[in-house]
Amino acid sequence: MLTIEEVKKIAKLARIDLTPEEESRHADTISVVLDYMKILDEVDTTNVEPTAQVTGLSNIVREDITHECTIKKELLAQMPQVDQNELVVPAVFE
Amino acid sequence: MKELNTLTIKTARAGLDKKEFTSVELTQACLNRIKERNPELNAFITVCEKEALEEARAADKIITSGKALALTGIPFAVKDAICTAGVRSTASAKILDNYTPPFNATVIQKIREQGGVLIGKNNCDAFGHGASNENSMYGAVKNPHDLTKVSGGSSGGSAVAVADHMCIFAIGEDTGGSIRQPASFCGVVGLRPSYGRNSRFGIMPMASSLDTVGPFTKTVEDMAIVMDIIAGQDSLDATTVPDTVPEYSKTLNKKSKIRIGIPKEYFAFAELNKEIKTVIEEKINSLKKQSYEIVDVSLPYTKYATAVYYIVVPSEDSSNLARMDGIRYGARKQEGNLFELYAKTRDLGFPEEVKRRILIGTYALSAGYYDAYYKKAQQVRTLIKNDFDEVFKKVDVLVTPTSPFTAFNIGEKSNDPLAMYLADVMLIPAAVSGVPAISVPGGKDKNGLPIGIQVIGPRMGEEQVLQIAKQIEDSLQKQTFIC
Repeated sequence: MLTIEEVKKIAKLARIDLTPEEESRHADTISVVLDYMKILDEVDTTNVEPTAQVTGLSNIVREDITHECTIKKELLAQMPQVDQNELVVPAVFE
Repeated sequence: MKELNTLTIKTARAGLDKKEFTSVELTQACLNRIKERNPELNAFITVCEKEALEEARAADKIITSGKALALTGIPFAVKDAICTAGVRSTASAKILDNYTPPFNATVIQKIREQGGVLIGKNNCDAFGHGASNENSMYGAVKNPHDLTKVSGGSSGGSAVAVADHMCIFAIGEDTGGSIRQPASFCGVVGLRPSYGRNSRFGIMPMASSLDTVGPFTKTVEDMAIVMDIIAGQDSLDATTVPDTVPEYSKTLNKKSKIRIGIPKEYFAFAELNKEIKTVIEEKINSLKKQSYEIVDVSLPYTKYATAVYYIVVPSEDSSNLARMDGIRYGARKQEGNLFELYAKTRDLGFPEEVKRRILIGTYALSAGYYDAYYKKAQQVRTLIKNDFDEVFKKVDVLVTPTSPFTAFNIGEKSNDPLAMYLADVMLIPAAVSGVPAISVPGGKDKNGLPIGIQVIGPRMGEEQVLQIAKQIEDSLQKQTFIC
């Protein structure tokens, strides 16, 4: 069971503003989902390795070389706020 | 002559090359269909009318000069969660409402290099979160067979665009079932490739350990044609495998000795509709008559797949979607301090289901819960994957229903996230195991809604998956002909 307080806490960690109605709806629906996850407790996973990926590939590397960026103008055009070809961001330290 | 927009890649190619019609005529036929039907079906967020016609004119010149490539002049559509250079790509979320990617996803680049004409971008569940296409911030997509039914999701718009002949083929994504399920609900062919077969570079990531890119087509033959173009290793996606890609369209009609497994767990789901069961059993019998060996098999961990998926996916989602923060691209709600900027931008830019997934993922990955949820899910994932490894020592493919039911009513599951999650119960096991699976039309239920049949193969076993899908398709055409 997920409480409203827990929803508030994870919403803060996830940087999402929620209305009180949303908090209550998420507490209800996520509780139902988490309850369903209990089905996994039936499975004995002693000594079972976790699977994070299925390709079996590891350490795929490419040469560490620089390429000229040919789409600078287009990238700048996507930025919410630009000043003299630089991205404007709000102050990090208050 | 048949309406041009109803053609397949193969028949359109033949007609274009024989100069029976032009790419401008073909493209205009698709655009007309979109104009006529899209206001009701809502399958497209962006239609590239002017650009598509310009591309079609250029294609006609190439065809006249005798230099046509596989897709020269053929109109296709793309899920809006896949980047298309110079064409707005929203992922159906307002946070990317004004986003125009400056580059193409690798699969799109490959199709463009073969001459494909981009006709527009398809509505989907925002960031691929859903099984009904109701989680789009641009409205639900409707099923062309019955406007009161969902299209399926998350790549619903792409399935509808192909089923309703608004384009010749489309490209979507399948993380847990997002290609196969709408393909089944709309009556088209949809393939989830093996994880690592097609590049994911340029798709908006959802769950990186599961995301795949694949086509929607009108026939299995067309599926082989598109896979021949898009499959293969990509230096921009380190998860693509170096294995040689077979020529799928050349081996499609080969009648190899294929052993077909019927996994009992898929027929034991209480939700499985009787009509669907009957249709699949008929198809299995027809395959038996064609002297394919049919073997009863078991995948004992099947019932745990949905729980595994809905821990792994939201966890990876919450991490992937952290990049949607209003800083470098997309919408920014400039209000208050930095924290408020993030929180308000994400509040306005994400629909409820995206928020829910991020919250579940954040919770499952947070201190004290990681072992109980994420690690446990990954361990059970190993057991599900082992099930497939074992079964593919005995058989070459598996045949199952794609979905336990046909398209459901709009609104029926939208307030019940768990019910929506469970709609993908037959699609998720293949996804968490990284094996390829196709949905091919198998018939219709008494209400005229399409029924999909799923063929699952071993990793990199697309060849035999396509061969069996073709046999099922051929038997259906014979049947339709007799009726």
